[in-house]
Amino acid sequence: MSADTVPAAGDLTGVLGRRDVVPRSGPLAATLTLAWRAMLKIKHVPFQLFDVTIMPIMFTLLFTFIFGGALGGSPRNYIQFLLPGILVQTIVFITVYTGVGLNSDIQKGLFDRFRSLPMWQPAPVLGALAGDLIRYSIASVVILIVGFILGFRPAGGAIGVVAAFGLVLLFAFAVSWIWIIIGMKVKTPESVMTTSFIFLMPLTFASNIFVGLDTMPGWLQAVVRHNPVTHLATASRGLMQELPLGDSVLWALLWSAGIILVFAPLALRMYHKER
Amino acid sequence: MALAIETTGLTKRFGDTEALAGIDLKIRKGSVYGLLGPNGAGKTTAIRLLATLIRPTSGTASVLGHDVVREAAEVRRRVSLTGQYASVDDELTGRENLILIGRLLGLPWRDARARAGELMEAFGLAEAARRQVRTYSGGMRRRLDIAASLVSTPEILFLDEPTSGLDPRSRNQVWDIVRSIAAQGTTVLLITQYLEEADRLADRLAVIDHGRVIAEGTSRDLKASVGASTLHVRLAERGQQGPARSVVARVLGDGVLPSTDPSVVTATVTDAAHASRVIEALGLEGLDVLEFSLGSPSLDDVFFALTGRPAEARPEASP
Repeated sequence: MSADTVPAAGDLTGVLGRRDVVPRSGPLAATLTLAWRAMLKIKHVPFQLFDVTIMPIMFTLLFTFIFGGALGGSPRNYIQFLLPGILVQTIVFITVYTGVGLNSDIQKGLFDRFRSLPMWQPAPVLGALAGDLIRYSIASVVILIVGFILGFRPAGGAIGVVAAFGLVLLFAFAVSWIWIIIGMKVKTPESVMTTSFIFLMPLTFASNIFVGLDTMPGWLQAVVRHNPVTHLATASRGLMQELPLGDSVLWALLWSAGIILVFAPLALRMYHKER
Repeated sequence: MALAIETTGLTKRFGDTEALAGIDLKIRKGSVYGLLGPNGAGKTTAIRLLATLIRPTSGTASVLGHDVVREAAEVRRRVSLTGQYASVDDELTGRENLILIGRLLGLPWRDARARAGELMEAFGLAEAARRQVRTYSGGMRRRLDIAASLVSTPEILFLDEPTSGLDPRSRNQVWDIVRSIAAQGTTVLLITQYLEEADRLADRLAVIDHGRVIAEGTSRDLKASVGASTLHVRLAERGQQGPARSVVARVLGDGVLPSTDPSVVTATVTDAAHASRVIEALGLEGLDVLEFSLGSPSLDDVFFALTGRPAEARPEASP
């Protein structure tokens, strides 16, 4: 194969020996370049969008038609209640892929190369996160489209929907930092998945995503009421359907800020440290 | 003497394991320096330390006059690392991988694209430039990996086992590339467990075992330390190694080297005239000899002599 022939040793002369002083890439340029890498991966392996599109479609369809009749009178009624919550659940679930991606980059040795480059060190982590935010957005739009087809009509209009999106993405960004830490700690991408699902299953199901709080036993209500996912689902539902918000938006913001403040510095410090 | 790398009492401990047990190295600029040793000897730990990926437990290391701990950023600007496993992104094309590195090094988009193009051309990858790296052969991946280390020409290039797992042809291509990089004035620190590779490429070598340098010098120095020359006897029958060894030991006095091949006896010879007496004695004992040669010792022999055991890996084939 002609692509496999290498030129004689002398042919490298033209490309080597240059020691131009290259201006160092700034933090923003480095981060955006790594976000560009995330986009290229989506372009070359569109299959990875399956994770973020098929799961939400499946969740929305299954829950709407299986529980819709029992819980909301009819699927069409139920989806008005469910969709803002399903959005929260799927987006929170797919944040795991941030940790999975990071872990596989580390295992492949790619992060060793990044870390040995003279660039702003947090860029690979932030660049990957920026790419993930785009994937979360794609997933959100997919859920909304499926919802529309099934009869979802947000009373809050476009502004309500966009505000809910913004809040969910912020929370997803915050939670991603936790998976980044797990992604650095465990040995394989698969164990990132298993570890994180142990937290995610109770977190998303012990919430008011599928049914209202008042249907649960008293002791459970106390737990569910303080679950950040409950606050987020209430806020998302309130914004999209013009329902009373209470202090849900405030709590969702506080939780996001709290998680970022605790885990982001920790993750960056761990990243900076050796493995 | 301009030093590219200098380490003093360098140690690295991972939990209970002592990966480096005190390494002192002085590596001159503009040379290919080989770190030779079996798996787990501490070679990779040593270059990860020099490339600022990990910090030493004790001791100091300076790369081009910059301390690897205190001046890590300065070191990173001057060195490139090509790790043991091709550290390129499988899902991107070869060209995109190089553009990515160029951008991260601070090149503007246009320059990063141009640089990627000329490197792909020079490394014989132009036709595969727009294919995903996952479709590349092992040799192509390795070349791309080395190209990625040269987007900005480093003053020192760390190469960790650049030919492991490659077929002989790809291995020769990588060797040509390494020679050519060194000829352009980049100091190359080459890790290998292939004795032949170190012999062919490295101006000087350090043999590392159990986290320590057990020998240092040119390939010629190391060979001289084993003996003036080495006698290789290949026997017609495998079971005769034992008797043949005692014959050789009797004739030469001492100097029989351990051998992994059950039909071969190897020994160091101080005087070539003694060799003829060996073949005579073997004949008298009725031991049939297939091959009988007297040559300078190989690095294999050196490793045996230093550690009393063989280096674990050998290249698949000798060209």
